[in-house]
Amino acid sequence: MLQSITKAALLLTAATIAAPIPVSAQDLTFWSWRQEDRAVYEDIIATFEAANPGINITFEAFEAASYATVLSTALAGETGPDLMMVRAYGAFEAVAGAGYLLPLTTADVPGLANLPAAALTAQTLRADQQVYGVPFASQTMLVIYNKGIYAELGLSVPQTMDELLANAEAIKASGRFAFANGTATAWQNETIVSALGSSTVGADFFAEVQAGTADFTDPRYVAGLERVQQISAYFPDGFTGLDYPSSQQLFASGLAAMFAGGSFELANFRSQNPDLDLGIFAAPGMAADDTKLVGLFFDGGYAGNARTAHPEAVKKFLAFTATPEFGNVFSNRLRNISPIPGVVIEDALLQNVADLNQNAVPYIMLTNFRYQEPSGSVLLQAEVQKMLAGATDAASAAKAVTDGIATYHTPFQK
Amino acid sequence: MTHSLPPDPSPARLRLRLTGRGLWITFLLVPPMVVMAMFVVYPILSALAFAFFDWQGLRRGEFVGLANFYKVLFQEPFASTTWNAFRHNVIVFLTLMVVQNGLGFVLAYALWRELPGARFHRIAVFLPVVLSTVIIGYLWKLFFHPIFGAVNQTLRAIGLDGWAQPWLGNPDTALPALIFVNAWAWVGFPTLVFLAGLQRIPTELLDAARMETDSELTLIRRVIWPLIAPSTTICFVLLFIGSFNWFELPYIMVGLDGSPFGNTDVLGLYFYRTAFGNQSAGVQDFGMGSALAVLMFLFIAVVATLWTLHLRKKEIEL
Repeated sequence: MLQSITKAALLLTAATIAAPIPVSAQDLTFWSWRQEDRAVYEDIIATFEAANPGINITFEAFEAASYATVLSTALAGETGPDLMMVRAYGAFEAVAGAGYLLPLTTADVPGLANLPAAALTAQTLRADQQVYGVPFASQTMLVIYNKGIYAELGLSVPQTMDELLANAEAIKASGRFAFANGTATAWQNETIVSALGSSTVGADFFAEVQAGTADFTDPRYVAGLERVQQISAYFPDGFTGLDYPSSQQLFASGLAAMFAGGSFELANFRSQNPDLDLGIFAAPGMAADDTKLVGLFFDGGYAGNARTAHPEAVKKFLAFTATPEFGNVFSNRLRNISPIPGVVIEDALLQNVADLNQNAVPYIMLTNFRYQEPSGSVLLQAEVQKMLAGATDAASAAKAVTDGIATYHTPFQK
Repeated sequence: MTHSLPPDPSPARLRLRLTGRGLWITFLLVPPMVVMAMFVVYPILSALAFAFFDWQGLRRGEFVGLANFYKVLFQEPFASTTWNAFRHNVIVFLTLMVVQNGLGFVLAYALWRELPGARFHRIAVFLPVVLSTVIIGYLWKLFFHPIFGAVNQTLRAIGLDGWAQPWLGNPDTALPALIFVNAWAWVGFPTLVFLAGLQRIPTELLDAARMETDSELTLIRRVIWPLIAPSTTICFVLLFIGSFNWFELPYIMVGLDGSPFGNTDVLGLYFYRTAFGNQSAGVQDFGMGSALAVLMFLFIAVVATLWTLHLRKKEIEL
């Protein structure tokens, strides 16, 4: 009896070992920092796998704050994933510049040809002008407002800076905070400037800075900072000690009527308080016919590992992430704005954001000056924090930012 | 009389030792040494090596000698950030030396003299020490909240509206607020160490001293303080190391940037955001980060060693 069991076990083992491994099986891993999006990504992967038999993708998500460290350690140890989400601009270059990513061409990923140039720049290594990632989302710096409070007080979307200030005054008089913003969390200062100051500064200035013919001491930029300073009179009492989560809560709870920040706040506000009736607008310039501008950046991309054992499968998946089919799921289920042309956004509010994006200026410190230390962001965040605390003025802040960047950016060296 | 025989120097005898008790000792020593080498010595040495290279993101560039050290110490704007952070570490250390260790001694003395409620207070004083720094940080951040915080609410309730302010957002109060929280949380530690020192003093010695003087102050200064010298060595040196490695509390309460505009920046924060990058603002630079880590390590190790030796010598003299 025992002998026959042993025989059977041996046979089974031999059969298992000898069984032909399916040659087409390509197991890929896909790393992300979006733990909250797991279900949607798994659905997206299922759709892809159904159309591409033989490719199996496993989605793994890590905590956002430590993602960069986890990914860079894995890539340096040659144990990284086949597919991964990568950040944009300077943080993207930290990974791409080390040669860890698969270069992408329109032959591999045809959708790249249709993507806007600004989106591709976010995933392009400046050194070789090669694209390494498929950009997945844009984020917009704007003003989010509580439609309920606006209606109650009979206010309308401001067309000039004076109207914005008058609205703020009316909200303050009603016993609420006009703006929920605080400046204790350093990066909030940068979003506040982009959300509130862009229209005052004007699109020409940003083009000139990118071309190297203007710097931040330009009167247009200083005027933008001065407007932000003026509006900060309507931030909550003690706003210099108010951190980011507290600001979000003030707005989500309806204690404040406006929030100057990123479009990425919308999903959060809706989940914190589903009863909020949200609206958005681009902060106006001085005159009603000044173009109303928002700040724009691209948030990250999907990339392939240069050392993957299955480069063809990786390219296939990346090509899929650049199709309108993917973009539709991304925009409508993950509620983010895909840069892929032809995507139909079902959510009215998100569609509003996409409309505002038609008149956008770059979120300049991230798009152009976050490649080297001291980064434009580090400088601007500290200087604006200082300015709004009353410890410096707009012109001095602009000069400090310019001088800091000038230590490595030749066009600013005069 | 076997013990009077001269030791056998033959190799056979040595081998015997290695296979007997020697082997047992080796067996016990090797694993911790391997762990120490892998997780302490190797990272320190590799940080030292990293500091001599240029880094482009994750890619190690060319050997740059002392350039990273020069940058963090002398090249603007990095040098002012380094020295600003260092200055804050010094302020933290000196203030905590007075507030935390000073109060610790006073509390220990009160507990030792068994003032009313000593048993309760012995536990109460030490309680925050066992709380996680994360909890303490969040708790006090809430207390210091400019609008809803307990501190401002209390001040307003007792009519001191003018005193209410954004404690963590005001450049003049942010660092003192952090120091206060640190002292609140940690005062139990020096208290316990001093109390242990005080309890070791023989009663007869104190009785004899009390016959010489009626002054409690003279007794403390001339008899008690010298006798608890080993406790002061521990408290002083650990506070020194803690102050210059200060990271968790400022990180939780004011963030990586040392808000507001660098007024709470300390070397630990500056090192972290340089080496690992501050996702929402900066770029990571392993080289400069490693240089900062090496400088911090050397400074703390050298000063702590010299100071310990100095304090120990005082203990022996007594």
